[in-house]
Amino acid sequence: MSRPPGRKQENHKISRELFVLTYGALVAQLCKDYEKDEDVNTFLDRMGYGIGVRLIDDFLARSAVKKCRSYSETADMIAQVAFKMYLGVTPSVSCNNTAGNEFSLILDKNPLVDFVEELPAERASLCYCNLLCGVIRGALEMVHLTAEVTFLQDRLKGDAVTEIGITFLRKAEDRKHKR
Amino acid sequence: MADEALFLLLHNEMVAGLYRAAEQGEGENGRCTTKLESMGFRVGQGLIERFTKDTARFKDELDIMKFICKDFWTTVFRKQIDNLRTNHQGIYVLQDNKFRLLTQMSAGKQYLEHAPKYLAFTCGLIRGGLSNLGIKSIVTAEVSSMPACKFQVMIQKM
Repeated sequence: MSRPPGRKQENHKISRELFVLTYGALVAQLCKDYEKDEDVNTFLDRMGYGIGVRLIDDFLARSAVKKCRSYSETADMIAQVAFKMYLGVTPSVSCNNTAGNEFSLILDKNPLVDFVEELPAERASLCYCNLLCGVIRGALEMVHLTAEVTFLQDRLKGDAVTEIGITFLRKAEDRKHKR
Repeated sequence: MADEALFLLLHNEMVAGLYRAAEQGEGENGRCTTKLESMGFRVGQGLIERFTKDTARFKDELDIMKFICKDFWTTVFRKQIDNLRTNHQGIYVLQDNKFRLLTQMSAGKQYLEHAPKYLAFTCGLIRGGLSNLGIKSIVTAEVSSMPACKFQVMIQKM
């Protein structure tokens, strides 16, 4: 039984396509169930949160990275290690403000929308990849970092690139020293 | 591999999310299984198209079922179907002794009543794959002891 040499890579590609196709079917189903875009977005975000709180274990087990010492290290970790591991792309990271707690991940290639050409006209404010926001938020929360994650730009809505904004919120550190 | 974890988590969240939404208001429980199955159907159709782009034409029904059991199952679940039985009259039973979507749930009878929810998507996956290979079928699943499960495929003569 001889197989062409590229088979393993093909299989790897196909299992990623399984995820992308499943996600697409999920969004399509949600669009049928909910009329308002905000409801779909909220559902996706909540699902993403549920995935993120579990995915972080898998990520830490696989990557065995050391503890991040700063917000910018964390953002780099998400972009260069996590995204690469799970989606096969490496977004570029940029810091948005001087306080050092707002970052942007810029994706010029988003595998989740591989099979999506455009959003339907009546779904103009649908955040197709909102799951990613929930995943990042959930994962960060499990390592004791609260953050707000939203889409700043979305290629599906006509912007040039897809940009995810992560804003790290200050932890309530003063609570620790209560007497 | 990393992709597997992602799909597993997405699948589990999908099941949980849909059932949670059903509890909170719209629709009866039975609809959730149908929704999951139809999602699986759509995914199965798409997947089989991309998968069989370069493969040779299948000789007959049995050949197609063997393809599903070996190549398709290996790509999606990283293992083959353990046992394929047929009565040569259009009924096939695919037995997987360690179904990937159930291994994390339990190793026996615990949570047995929840198992069917997690099998609906895969039933749709098989039905969708067969549909795009020209076979119309009905796929059901049964579990008696996790993580082993059986998928029964009934071919419908058109």
